[in-house]
Amino acid sequence: MHVPDGFFTAPVAIGAGVVAAAAVAVSLKRAKSELDDRTAPMAGLVAAFIFAVQMLNFPIAAGTSGHLLGGALAAILVGPYTAVLCVSVVLAVQGFFFADGGLTALGINIVLMAIIPSAIGWGIFQLVTRVARNRASVIAGSFVAALISVPIAALTFAVLFVLGGTAPIETGAVFAAMGGVHVLVGIGEGLITAVTVSSVLAVRPDLVYGARFLTKPLVLKTATGEQVVEPARQEAPKPLRPFLVGSVAVALVLAGIVSFFASSSPDGLERVAEDEGFLGAATDHAFGGFALADYGDVGGIPVGIAGVIGVVITLLVGGAILWSVRQKTAA
Amino acid sequence: MKGLYRPGDSPIHRLAPQCKLVAVVLFAVVVVATPRERFWAFFLYALTLAAVTLLARVPVGYVLKRLAVELPFVVFALAIPFIGVGERIDVMGVSLSVAGLWAAWNILAKATLGVAASILLAATTEPRALLLGAQRLRVPQLLIQIATFMLRYLEVILDEMRRMKVARESRGFTPRDLRQAPVLAKSAGALFIRSYERGERVHLAMLSRGYTGTMPTLRDDRAPKAQWAMAAVLPVVASAVLFVS
Amino acid sequence: MTLDVRDLAYAYPDGTQALFGVTLSIARGERVALLGPNGAGKTTLVMHLNGILTPGHGEVRVAGLPVTKENLKEVRRRVGLIFQDPDDQLFMPTVREDVAFGPANMGLRGDDLDRAVVTALEKVGMADAIDRPPHHLSFGQRRRVAVATVLAMDPEILVLDEPSSNLDPASRRELAEILKSLDVTVLMVTHDLPYAMELCERSVILSGGVIAADGPTREILADGDLLAEHRLELPYGFAVPSPPGRG
Ligand SMILES: Nc1ncnc2c1ncn2[C@@H]1O[C@H](COP(=O)(O)OP(=O)(O)OP(=O)(O)O)[C@@H](O)[C@H]1O
Ligand SMILES: [Mg+2]
Repeated sequence: MHVPDGFFTAPVAIGAGVVAAAAVAVSLKRAKSELDDRTAPMAGLVAAFIFAVQMLNFPIAAGTSGHLLGGALAAILVGPYTAVLCVSVVLAVQGFFFADGGLTALGINIVLMAIIPSAIGWGIFQLVTRVARNRASVIAGSFVAALISVPIAALTFAVLFVLGGTAPIETGAVFAAMGGVHVLVGIGEGLITAVTVSSVLAVRPDLVYGARFLTKPLVLKTATGEQVVEPARQEAPKPLRPFLVGSVAVALVLAGIVSFFASSSPDGLERVAEDEGFLGAATDHAFGGFALADYGDVGGIPVGIAGVIGVVITLLVGGAILWSVRQKTAA
Repeated sequence: MKGLYRPGDSPIHRLAPQCKLVAVVLFAVVVVATPRERFWAFFLYALTLAAVTLLARVPVGYVLKRLAVELPFVVFALAIPFIGVGERIDVMGVSLSVAGLWAAWNILAKATLGVAASILLAATTEPRALLLGAQRLRVPQLLIQIATFMLRYLEVILDEMRRMKVARESRGFTPRDLRQAPVLAKSAGALFIRSYERGERVHLAMLSRGYTGTMPTLRDDRAPKAQWAMAAVLPVVASAVLFVS
Repeated sequence: MTLDVRDLAYAYPDGTQALFGVTLSIARGERVALLGPNGAGKTTLVMHLNGILTPGHGEVRVAGLPVTKENLKEVRRRVGLIFQDPDDQLFMPTVREDVAFGPANMGLRGDDLDRAVVTALEKVGMADAIDRPPHHLSFGQRRRVAVATVLAMDPEILVLDEPSSNLDPASRRELAEILKSLDVTVLMVTHDLPYAMELCERSVILSGGVIAADGPTREILADGDLLAEHRLELPYGFAVPSPPGRG
């Protein structure tokens, strides 16, 4: 399931890495403000849960089985920011400790499997539970959120692939295949997410982050029989706007970075379409993935150097973001 | 669920984890950035990895077996020449897309080299050491802590999951199609509650021993320059191959 | 009094009320057994003793200090809590790091820290396991390391939640010997009545979230009706030794 190295051109992979680093940095800050000093153990255990649950194989039809992605589920159970953290850590561990998913593709995998499902899933869940604030809406919301999050993630994959993939496949075909198959996968994901959420709701409703509005006020009896009523830990629904604005901003940054590299990329679809004398031209490239490579040199800078400069700049930006967040969390 | 780590005492095992991490990531970047037409560059990368495998005394069979993770993508890659667009050629009577063949080769070569490098990293570095290495590389503390807790409790949680599976099956449950999925999902719900509550108890255990939000840093192993130099050989060789080719 | 609990009531966030007004005092050097059926609220009570849970009503004092946010650090240094499941207690990747966690939080570093770790592990006979990961140890070994994690903080009051559960007879005896050899106040939650008899001169029965009995262990265990009322049973064939001097 995890994208390996070589599926996307280096610039797209690195661009996605920068976006992933930024999103993880934001999530770190937000999760910490929510979970406080519980962040490390709680997120660690939830990450272990997600790792385990992804190994549960669900039978789909005779012989075939699918497995849960869990992004939307995590967002509903522990909140979108903690969810992004947990799934990202799961992906990193799978990449570095289990050699599952390319190391250069880690950013892409985090975007596709942590950020998109959590953000989309949470957004849709919020929309549904805003219509009616009760148990049924929480369960319905979970179903719809998980269902939609899967094809959206698949379509994001398709978009990235068209922009910066390395294989010449017709755009329409990519979209049809990814979208169609994943609507089916999404139904399974939605069903399982909804039942999981409802079974948690039945036993420990207070644990479902997305259903905190269902919590009742606490009543306390003491030895002398008096009753102390603690104020309900209920909060007014937060406005949806900051979340939507944030999501759009992330999407724009993503689109910006990816298309910046991809539009200049000679690989992928456009390239095949417009370039017939493919074999002869290709051998001239030093960095196949870079537009700069097309003409041998750019403003006098040799191709290879130009490529390296690009990579270095991107790494610096990502590093700067991580560093600044580290300073903040350390303080 | 065991990681890929194989205990050993080779020069590669002894290398500081942060050096290995950087070397492998840079190697993967160089591989991915290599134009697919340079067959012999890929061949030299593979040779380099083979040398590392020998030096680390990791059995070749072990690496090859673990390469199976990328199988789904091999299938995908092999399909591209059939569904690819553009100019086509006949190979033994089958019409294949030329660009598709290139794409398939590109994905297969790079993914295989990338996975092989990751396998070598994971096989020669203890998970705990890998985390300390990442910490040295200034990955945010909180992420390291989350990963540390995750690895500590993964086995415990997988154990709980296995026990639930045995409990289901000993009562005659066998999943056949999607209609049985809700039963599995209920187990997932129970597993979540157990994981979450364990997280709470772990947090309480930490509090009761004076935890105030930051982990005490007990080890801070700086890697000597020689180790960096040795680890640098991998990406430097790869870059040299790339630039010469 | 080194430990004072007054009128303590508590309800969990999901609304389950576990304690309905508990009052209990323990003097320095005492060893007290806390008995009671499943769900009586024993673990909940114990978690109030070092401020992990905050009373919904009532008060807890340790060595005269009220257990409040300002005093937490001091209280947690004085009260060492050993949890029911050693897997919850041993959360670090190696035994060494785990035992060091508490004293390091108290500010110990370098050689002092190493010495505290080794001493604590020696007390429980686990010094050889210092560099092993906790999940590779047997259950009884994990329980012993869990005791060491708390001993390393040099507590005045040791609170143990079911320390003898799941231990084989030899480990159970070894743990008793360790506990007897320590010069600390002990509060021990247990379902193992002979164990209470062996280690503690005083016992308290908690049932339904209130204290149902409090007295010398010998007398409490000899009162068959009291035990039956609170679902407590002596193992088959076990007879409470009669008090010395009374034939
Ligand atoms: N985290 C929790 N959330 C909600 N209710 C809880 C929680 N922990 C315990 N309870 C409830 O509080 C009551 C007292 O539980 P507690 O764990 O204190 O019992 P105990 O005496 O330690 O039992 P045992 O002998 O089984 O360990 C029980 O009804 C239990 O279901
Ligand atoms: Mg208990």
